[in-house]
Amino acid sequence: MQSLNEIRVAGFGGQGVILSAIVIGKAASIVEGNFATMTQNFGPEARGGACSAQVILSNSPVLYPYVTHPDVLVVMSQEAYLRFAPELKPGGILLIEQDLVRIKGLSPAETRVYGIPATRIAEQIGKRMVLNVVMTGFFGAITGLISREALRKAVEDSVPSSFRELNLKAFDSGYDYGLQHLESGALEASEFEEVTVRE
Amino acid sequence: MSSVAIPQNPVEPFLRSERMPHIWCPGCGIGTTVNCFTRALLDSKADLTKLAIVSGIGCTGRVAGYTNLDSFHTTHGRAIPFATGLKLANPELNVVVYSGDGDLFAIGGNHLIHAARRNVNLKVICVNNLIYAMTGGQTAPTTPGDVITSTAPYGTYDPAFNLPYLVEAAGAVYVARWTTFHVRQLAKSMAEMFQKKGFGFIEVLSPCPTLYQRRNKMGDGLDAMKFYKQVSKIKHGAPTSEVALSKSGEIVVGKFVDRERPEYIGTMNTYLEQQLGERYVEPHTLSDDGGCSGGELEVISCNR
Amino acid sequence: MHADPQGVLTGAHFLDGDHAACEGAIAAGARFAAGYPITPSTEVVERFAMRAPTVGGTFIQMEDELAASITIQGAVWGGVKAFTVTSGPGFSLMMEHIGYAAMTETPCVFINVQRGGPSTGLPTLPAQADMMQVRWGSHGDYEIIALCPNSPQECFDLTIKAFNFSEQYRVPVFVMLDEVVGHMTEKVIIPPAEEIEIEPRHFTKKAPKDFRLYEPEANQVPDMVKAGDGYNIHVTGLTHDQRGYPDMTPPMQDVLVKRLQSKILDNADKICLFEKENVEGADVVVVSYGITSRVAQRAVDQAREKGVKVGKLRLITAWPFPERVISEIAPTIKGFVVPELNLGQMVREVERCAGGKTRTVRVSHAGGTVHNPESILNAILEVAR
Repeated sequence: MQSLNEIRVAGFGGQGVILSAIVIGKAASIVEGNFATMTQNFGPEARGGACSAQVILSNSPVLYPYVTHPDVLVVMSQEAYLRFAPELKPGGILLIEQDLVRIKGLSPAETRVYGIPATRIAEQIGKRMVLNVVMTGFFGAITGLISREALRKAVEDSVPSSFRELNLKAFDSGYDYGLQHLESGALEASEFEEVTVRE
Repeated sequence: MSSVAIPQNPVEPFLRSERMPHIWCPGCGIGTTVNCFTRALLDSKADLTKLAIVSGIGCTGRVAGYTNLDSFHTTHGRAIPFATGLKLANPELNVVVYSGDGDLFAIGGNHLIHAARRNVNLKVICVNNLIYAMTGGQTAPTTPGDVITSTAPYGTYDPAFNLPYLVEAAGAVYVARWTTFHVRQLAKSMAEMFQKKGFGFIEVLSPCPTLYQRRNKMGDGLDAMKFYKQVSKIKHGAPTSEVALSKSGEIVVGKFVDRERPEYIGTMNTYLEQQLGERYVEPHTLSDDGGCSGGELEVISCNR
Repeated sequence: MHADPQGVLTGAHFLDGDHAACEGAIAAGARFAAGYPITPSTEVVERFAMRAPTVGGTFIQMEDELAASITIQGAVWGGVKAFTVTSGPGFSLMMEHIGYAAMTETPCVFINVQRGGPSTGLPTLPAQADMMQVRWGSHGDYEIIALCPNSPQECFDLTIKAFNFSEQYRVPVFVMLDEVVGHMTEKVIIPPAEEIEIEPRHFTKKAPKDFRLYEPEANQVPDMVKAGDGYNIHVTGLTHDQRGYPDMTPPMQDVLVKRLQSKILDNADKICLFEKENVEGADVVVVSYGITSRVAQRAVDQAREKGVKVGKLRLITAWPFPERVISEIAPTIKGFVVPELNLGQMVREVERCAGGKTRTVRVSHAGGTVHNPESILNAILEVAR
C-alpha cells in the first residue's frame, strides 16, 4: 500500500455509497491492520441527490480527515460525476457505473477510467440494491489497494446475515469483472460517447 | 408530679419536624393538602421506604422539603421528567409529584402532557391556587378571567386551562378535583389514586389569601373555605369539558376519570421481551458495591 | 473495579465517534439514557436504544432537552449511571440542569457533539464553539469537567473516563466531541472488560441515622445513596446544609459553593489530561484539542520540515483548564499558537495562563469545516520569526 490513498465514493442517496466506503475502510483497518478514516456528508443530500463518502487509507494514523483531491473516485450517478470528477487528482483512477455515468470533459491521458455495468450485474444476481457491493469488488480488483480476501471479509461483516450470500456473490462478480478489465486496460475517451445514460 | 402524655399527631412521622415552622402563609391551603396526603399514606399503608416525592419550584414545590421521605426539590417545571427518570431507573419506587399549577402547567406543561401520554406510573398532586404565589402573585395559566394579579393590574383576559380536561385528553387514567374544604374526600381520593396503575392526577383548589384573595377582595383563608363550601358541587364522572373554573362561578369537584390504559414500564418490558426474546435483559439498579451486572454479550454489526 | 464483561463488545470495530461514545458509556456501566434527537449527536442514542435492552439498560426519548437533562438525574438518584446526548440548540436548553447537577452533586455525563452556531447554525457541520458555554453556561459559580476526544477511539476511552470522573467527584462531566470526530469512522479497539477500569458509585456504608447526604468525605466529596434505601434524603437545588436542607444564608452559600469549586480545582492535576510533544526547547507551542489537534499536527510537521522548533500541547481535559502546564511552558517559548473552530474561546485561557510571559496567537475559524493546515503553519512561522 502507498503511504496515503484518498478515495471518494459518490452516487445518489439509496445506492449504498456509505456502505461501500465502510467496507473499504473496514477491510483496510480492521482486517488488514492498517489505518483508515472514513467521513461522509450528512443532511438532506445524504438521502438523495449527490451523496458521498470519503476514505483515507494509510500506513500510519490519519491526521487530516477530509479528502480534497482523491486518488480514486468511484461514481455511481451522473450528478455525482459532475460534482466530484473535477476534484480527482491528475493521474487518478475514475471508476464509473457505466450505464449511469456519461464521461464529459476529462482528459483520458491524465485519468485512468474503468467502467462497469454494476446495476445490470446486480440485477442479474437478483437484487439491484447490491450494485454498491459490485462496485466495491470492481474497486478492489482495479486498484489493488486492499486484498480480495480482506474486502470480502469486510463485506461479510457489514451486511445482515440473510443477505450475506447475495452480497458476496455481488462482490465476486464485480471483482472478476474488474480483473478482466484490468487486462484490457483503461478505457479511451471515444468509448464513452456511445454510452446511454439511464438515469 | 404526674406527666401528661401529649398524644403524637398521627401525621408527625411523615414530616421533617426539625424543619418546622414551614414557609406557608396563614390561611394558605398547601399545609391542608399535605395533611390529607399523610392521611392517604396512612390509610393506604404504603411502604414509606419505597415512596419518593418530587416537587418543582413554587410554594407547593416546597412540600418535598417537609416530608420525611426520599424527597427531591427539582428545577422549575421539571419535577415530572425527574420523576420519570427516578421511576424508570427504580420501578419499585412509588413516585409522587407534588407541585403547583404554574410549575406543572406553564413551564412544565409539555412534560406533564407527555408523561400522561406515556402513562408513566406517577401520581401527580397539583395544588392550584390560581396564581404564581412564590414570586408575588403573577398571572398563571390557571388564573380565571377578570382577576387582578401583579402582572395584570387591570385584570386578566388570558383564557385559562381547564386542568382535568387537558390531563384527560393527554391520557391520564385517574383524574379528580377537590378543594381544601373537602379534606376527607381529598384524602380518600389520594389513597384511591395511589392504588391505581398509571398516570394519576388530582387538582386541589387551594386559597392564596396573601396574593390572590387580597388583591381581588376575596377575604382571608376562612372566607375561601366558605366560598368553596358555597359554590362547590360534587359531580363524579362529570365530563371534564364541563368543569372549567371561573372567578366566582361553580366549582365542580369529584372523580372525573377512572380508566385503564397500559402502564409505561410494564408495556416497555413486555414489548421489548416480545421483540428480543432471550436477548432481552430487564433493567436493574447499581448494586451496593456500585457495580452493575446482567446483560448478555451480543455481537452486533459494527456500523449502520 | 472492572467493567461488567456483559456490556463490553471486546474486539476491533470500525465505528464512528458517536457510536464509539455510546459503547464507552455502556462499558462504563451506564444503563440509562434520555435524549431528544438532534444532529449531529443522534447516532449516540440511536445505538443506545438498540443496545440498552440487551444489557439491562433503559432508553427513553423525551419531549425536549430540558426533560432529557433532568430525567437522567432522576435516574441517577434511582440508582443507575445515566447520560444524555445533544448538540447546538439542545445543549443551550440543558444549561439549567447542568447547574442542578453541579448543585445537587449528581454524577452524570453529557455528550455534546458540537456543531456550528449560534442558533440553528450549521446542523451537520463542525465547530468547537461550545467550549465556554460548557464551562459557564449555567448561572452561578460551579465547576465541571470537560474532555475533548480527537478520534472515535478516544470517544470510547474518554466517555469511560467521563463516567469515572463523575462518580469520583460527583459532578456533571462533558464529553465534547465535534461533528467531525462524531461522524468519522475509524478503528476502535474495545479491550477486554478486565482491562477497563471503572469507578463504582460510592454508596455510603453508614446507617441512615448517622448519614448526612452532603457531608464531605476526605476528598471533599460526599458519599451517595439511592432512593428507596431508607435514608429519607432531601435533594434540592437551593443552597443547602449537610443534611440537604435549604439554608439560604451567606455563610452556608460560602461553604457550599466554595466546596463545589475546590473539590474539582484542588484535584485539577489529577483531572487535567494532556499530550505534550517536543515542548522542551521549542520556540513555538501549538495548543489544540479535538479534531483541530489532528489538523494542527499536519501544520506542525510542515513547520518542522522548515526547521522551526515547534512543540505541541494537546488538551484532552479542557475544564478544569490545565493552568499549570501552560504557565510552566510560557516563559520558555516565543509564543503559543492556538487554532480552534471558534472565534477565540480556549485561547483566552491560554493567554490568561501565559500571564504576559509570551505571545499568544489565535488561529480562529468560524466553523463548518476544519482549518486549512496552512493557516496554522503561517501562524507558527510568524511566531517563530
